[in-house]
Amino acid sequence: MSEVKLSYTISGDDFTRAGEASGDVKSKLKVLGVAPDIVRKVSIALYEGEINMVIHAHGGTIDVTISEKEITMVLADHGPGIENVELAMQAGYSTASENVRALGFGAGMGLPNMKKYSDDMNIETRIGEGTTVTMKVFLQ
Amino acid sequence: MTVEKLYDAAGFKTISKGDGKKEVKAIFCCDMLSIAMSKAPASGCWITVVSNMNTLAVATLTDVSCVVIAGGVAVGEDMKAKAETEGIALFTCEEPAFETALIVHDLMNA
Repeated sequence: MSEVKLSYTISGDDFTRAGEASGDVKSKLKVLGVAPDIVRKVSIALYEGEINMVIHAHGGTIDVTISEKEITMVLADHGPGIENVELAMQAGYSTASENVRALGFGAGMGLPNMKKYSDDMNIETRIGEGTTVTMKVFLQ
Repeated sequence: MTVEKLYDAAGFKTISKGDGKKEVKAIFCCDMLSIAMSKAPASGCWITVVSNMNTLAVATLTDVSCVVIAGGVAVGEDMKAKAETEGIALFTCEEPAFETALIVHDLMNA
């Protein structure tokens, strides 16, 4: 399998479309014959990242690279940045607004799920400049 | 049990038929989308009171067989249209989540 690259622009605050990029990646992985457990891991990790960008960062970009060895997901935004990454990584901690909670979000499981369902995760964040999260799921 | 058994289940209203031949292998109740995302079982019947487009996104990503919006919560036209486009079986039920789950459970074990 040669390398496959997928790119998406995520619009901010558009909750009705949140999850479309993750859904598209999922269906492409299925077509490529990626194992169901891997597809599940990527779907969960990517959906949480996508939702985070919509809720907290006014959107951003998602770049997915699928190689023989691994699936790399790079989620970049120009949002407010994460003030305390350690705290944000705690299950149950959430800064989501009441409006967002009313939609069923704000469980405080976004980043913890991303960490749990990816094999490697790196967060680069600067206050006032934005956040880039890189996640990898290994295929071998 | 297959999804089509729910088409005329007592107290259920079919919003979008989806694939009636899909198997329902489990029942799952949850209203927090992040928890549903990681815990909803594939081929499950997901019961929730969260009625919006994101419910459908999570349903697609988790491969549940059907979604039931419980507690008499309404489904908007946009959500109905999206469920139909995506081929997601979507129902409403007037009963609260637990009672809704019992109805599905009884049908699964009938």
